Amino acid sequence: MNELVKMVVVLTILSASSGLILASVRDKTLDQIKFQQLVNEKAPAIKKILGDTSNDPLTSKFEISEGKAPIEFFVGSYGGDPNTVVFETFGTGFDGKIGLMVGVNLENDQIKGIGVTTHSETPGIGSRAKTEPAFAAQFAGMDLNNSFKVKTDGGKVDALSGATYTSRGVCMAATNASEIYKRLKPQLIEKAKTASNKPAPKEKE
Amino acid sequence: MAKTVAQEFIKGLWAEIPPFRLVLGLCPTLGVTTTVKNGIGMGVATAFVLVCANILVSMLRNVIPAKVRIACFIIIIATFVTVVELLMQAYAYALFQTLGIFIPLIVVNCILLGRAEAFAFKNPIIPSIADGLGIGIGFTMALGSIGAIRELFGTGAILGTQIMGSGYEPFAFFVQAPGAFICLGLMLCLMNLVGSK
Repeated sequence: MNELVKMVVVLTILSASSGLILASVRDKTLDQIKFQQLVNEKAPAIKKILGDTSNDPLTSKFEISEGKAPIEFFVGSYGGDPNTVVFETFGTGFDGKIGLMVGVNLENDQIKGIGVTTHSETPGIGSRAKTEPAFAAQFAGMDLNNSFKVKTDGGKVDALSGATYTSRGVCMAATNASEIYKRLKPQLIEKAKTASNKPAPKEKE
Repeated sequence: MAKTVAQEFIKGLWAEIPPFRLVLGLCPTLGVTTTVKNGIGMGVATAFVLVCANILVSMLRNVIPAKVRIACFIIIIATFVTVVELLMQAYAYALFQTLGIFIPLIVVNCILLGRAEAFAFKNPIIPSIADGLGIGIGFTMALGSIGAIRELFGTGAILGTQIMGSGYEPFAFFVQAPGAFICLGLMLCLMNLVGSK
C-alpha cells in the first residue's frame, strides 16, 4: 500500500511540474513563434499572391473571430483601392494540416492567387504543392463562390501527379476559404477599407 | 564501476558512439542526415535533451519507485523535447522547418531511454552529465559525418558551398532514403575494420 501511494505521488508531482514548465515555456515563446510563422511562412506567400500593392499588406490587416480562433485578413490595395484580401485556411492533406493562403478580389470574387504555408507533406512529393508554381497558378482567376475539387473527383483542379491526397487537401482548404468568404464578405469589404486607412509605410504611397 | 568521469565522457565518442557502436537511434540517423546542418542540428537537440534528462533522472533516482521508472523517464524526456521544440520554433525556425517531425520523435529515441535506464538511474549526477555529454556529442558527430558524406556525394557541396568541381554530376541517390542505409552500412563497416585491428 505504501509503495502504491509513493508511485502515485511521484508520478503526479512529476506530471504536474512538467505541465507547469511547459505552460510557462509556451507562454514565453508564443509571440516569438507567431512572429516567426508570419515572417517565414505567411509573408512570402502573401507577397507572392499580392505582388505590387500600393500599401504594405503585412501592416494593414484585421482580425475577425467567429467563436473559434480569430482569422487574420491582410489587405492589398491597388492604386489606393483596397480591393483584395488574403487569409489563411486549412485542409487535411496526406500527413496532417495544410495551411493555405488565399487571396481574393472583393469586387469580382475571383481568386487572386494561392500559396501553401505550413504543411508536413512528404518532401519531394506532396511538398510540391508549395514549391511548384504551376500547381498554385491554376487557382488564379477561379471564382471563390464555388467549391474546389481535383479532376479525378469531378472538379477542375489538376492534381499533382503522385500527390492526390495533398492536392485534395489544398482543394479542401480552398473550399473552406470559399465558405468563410461567402459568410464574411460584407464584413470584409467594410473592414478592408478601414484597415487600409491605417498609416502605411510612406515610400509606397 | 570504477570509471572516472573523463572515461564516461570519452566512451561516448568512440567505444559507445550511438549509431555505430550501440546501433541505437537509427530513425533520426537515417531520416535527417541529408545535409551536415540538419545532422548537427538534430544531434545538438538530442544532446541537449539527453544531458538534461540524465541530470534529472540521476537527481531523482532515489525518489522514483523502480516500478514506475519508465513512465517517469518518459515524462522527463517528453518535457525537455517539447521545450526544445518550442525554443527551436521560436529562435531557429528554418531548422525547425527542415527537421519537422523528427524533433517530437526525439521522445521515442531509444538512446535517451537507454541512457536513463542503463546509466543515469544507477549513477550520481556528475558521471551522468559526463555520460550524457559524451553520448550526445558522439551522436552529433556521427550525424554530422553521415550528413557530410551524403551532402558531398548527393549535391557536391558541404554546408552549401560547392566543393566538387563544376564537372561533378550530383549523385542524387545519396540524399534519398536508400542512400542513408548504404552510407550508414559503409560507415559501420569502416568502423569495424578500424576497430578490429
